[in-house]
Amino acid sequence: MNDLSSQNAQEPLLIIEPGRTEKNYWGDLWRYRELFLVLAWRDIAVRYKQTIIGILWAIIRPFLTMVVFTVIFGRIAKLPSDGNAPYALMVFAAMLPWSLFSNALSESSNSLINSASLIGKIYFPRLIIPAATQVTAFIDFLISFFILIGLMIYYQFTPGWQILWLPLFIILALLASLGPGLWITALNVKYRDFRYIIPFVIQFGLYISPVGFSSKVVPEQWRMLYSLNPMVGVIDGFRWCILGVNSPIYVPGFMISLAITLLFLWLGVSRFRKMEKTFADLI
Amino acid sequence: MPNTVIKAENLGKKYTIGHQMEGRSYFALRDVLMQNAKTLWNKTKDLATGKPIIQGDTMEEVWALEDVNFEIHRGEAVGIIGRNGAGKSTLLKVLSRITEPTTGRVTIQGRVASLLEVGTGFHAELSGRENIYLNGTILGMTRAEIKKKFDEIVAFAEVEKYLDTPVKRYSSGMYVRLAFAVAAHLEPEILVVDEVLAVGDAAFQKKCLGKMSTVAREGRTVLFVSHNMAAILALCPRVLLITEGHIKRDGTSQDVVQDYSGEYETLTSRVPLGERRDRRGNGSIKMVGIRFGTKENPESGFWVTGKNALVQLSYQCLPDQRYRNIEIAIGVRKQDQTRLLYLGTKVVKQDLDFVYGLGSSICQIKRLPLEPGRYSIITEIKQNGIIVDFVQAAATIDVMEGDYYGTGVIWPYGGFLCDYSWSHYTGDSNAADR
Repeated sequence: MNDLSSQNAQEPLLIIEPGRTEKNYWGDLWRYRELFLVLAWRDIAVRYKQTIIGILWAIIRPFLTMVVFTVIFGRIAKLPSDGNAPYALMVFAAMLPWSLFSNALSESSNSLINSASLIGKIYFPRLIIPAATQVTAFIDFLISFFILIGLMIYYQFTPGWQILWLPLFIILALLASLGPGLWITALNVKYRDFRYIIPFVIQFGLYISPVGFSSKVVPEQWRMLYSLNPMVGVIDGFRWCILGVNSPIYVPGFMISLAITLLFLWLGVSRFRKMEKTFADLI
Repeated sequence: MPNTVIKAENLGKKYTIGHQMEGRSYFALRDVLMQNAKTLWNKTKDLATGKPIIQGDTMEEVWALEDVNFEIHRGEAVGIIGRNGAGKSTLLKVLSRITEPTTGRVTIQGRVASLLEVGTGFHAELSGRENIYLNGTILGMTRAEIKKKFDEIVAFAEVEKYLDTPVKRYSSGMYVRLAFAVAAHLEPEILVVDEVLAVGDAAFQKKCLGKMSTVAREGRTVLFVSHNMAAILALCPRVLLITEGHIKRDGTSQDVVQDYSGEYETLTSRVPLGERRDRRGNGSIKMVGIRFGTKENPESGFWVTGKNALVQLSYQCLPDQRYRNIEIAIGVRKQDQTRLLYLGTKVVKQDLDFVYGLGSSICQIKRLPLEPGRYSIITEIKQNGIIVDFVQAAATIDVMEGDYYGTGVIWPYGGFLCDYSWSHYTGDSNAADR
């Protein structure tokens, strides 16, 4: 009975074995792209159901944080803005990537546990679940982008050609959250401690990242060290795109942030793939 | 010549489970602190070395599947039977790639769709229409396929009017119908189905079975797990019997099902209820004994048709614990596990407010309406609707011949008896119109 060896080309031959790392892992991921889109769509469709103001939440939260930061850091602490840019605009140029990053990170790090029933009953590349949450965060980002446009009109501030680079930094912000997000969501399956750590990390990160203030207030000798925080590079990039020449980018620091982001991404993906096989048993 | 689509070789799956230490009823605070410090240290060690953390004080390795070998050919419909905890679901999970085997390998040719639960991924807030797309994609259909079959799915589920209502407003029957309808329209080469027919009403179950046999006739391969022997016999010519992680029998469905019923009998007569290991539930209350009798002779051990029948279930709670809102149910089934009677405290509003220590409950059936024969009993205790103890085939009971109608005529020709009466008209010109 050697029919298995003479398989026809249409029917894929699947071998299930312990420790078998699939050669076509990324191909498989591509084959399940519709599931990725549908899960992302579900998260968006459900996100603001049974709320009164619905999607306005995506606008109100970053806006209020921006107001508070402008008052505290700009008015009370009297920190300098970047060049001639209005302080509120500078803060909001950082609020955008920060809320993109923090939403993506917190959603993706809880994503596997929230989909426990799916994982226990159906096979698909598990990477889809945390990746799909990034789309939700991105949609929220797009909505709050309108506040930025509103602020620019209010301050009569015209962005330069640098704004064309913005998509690159959006992707960078998502990648910066995806790496740690993947790692933590995988760990979360085994050790639920991590679901308590993430809100804390995000709260903490808001103050150690240059959101309420310009990264130029950090003393020169510490800037390299400061750039170890991957969000420093992303936020500086956003400010450069939006505020233009007022906020020149600090290239060596940016390179360090970029390297750290990629390192975390690699770590996240490889850890995730290593643990992926046991999710259904542990969740 | 039939060709092989699934081939399992030396398949094994090991789980490590932890046990909580029992026995001591109270601890000094110091002991508790010491114990916590010790477990924290052990967990940290596990975390550092990357070992999975096991909750509990002692660990045990359990082989849910061991040395499983079989081949399944194209177009076969194969039933998988076995008691709870025998490893059926683990086997399906391995075949559908949800979990990885510990040893051995499986070679599968063709696209596998597995249906281990109806309505996987359904979202309560989304409408029926949206859930069809969501669930269909999760089960592996493409958008185009779903679009093509959309009307068919809706018609099968009979939910046309409620397509744009969130499914949380659906009745449970509608919900299950919609969920099964999506799954029924999958068209994979290999369909793996777990006990999904246990839900829904009888008419719908019949519809589902019909759909599944169509699938099998179309030349696709079906693997079907069920406790419903009638369904297995109707659908699958071949059956695998799994016992304690091994394939014990592999043969024609008649032979294996008969064997299986036999195994149940020896098990129930050999092992006392309290020591049975094929049980489900959290174990806070454990059923320890079951006795049968009639009103006249409570210790008889059998029932008599037409006589008041008694069944007494005794149970033991964990020491020093009281449990509230207890629901007890006893089911009477044919030996092929076809359901006949359900005797639950909930439906007659006779739930228990609380239990502690050792307890027993007696259920009386007035004028037993069952034909003489041998029946299988399943027992269950629930607390707040959650199963605390469940044993399938907890016992078998023989029903002796008796005079149900008090007429002296005993005529065992149906499965059930009930009170009825006839009226006759003859020689009357209007007889046919009455």
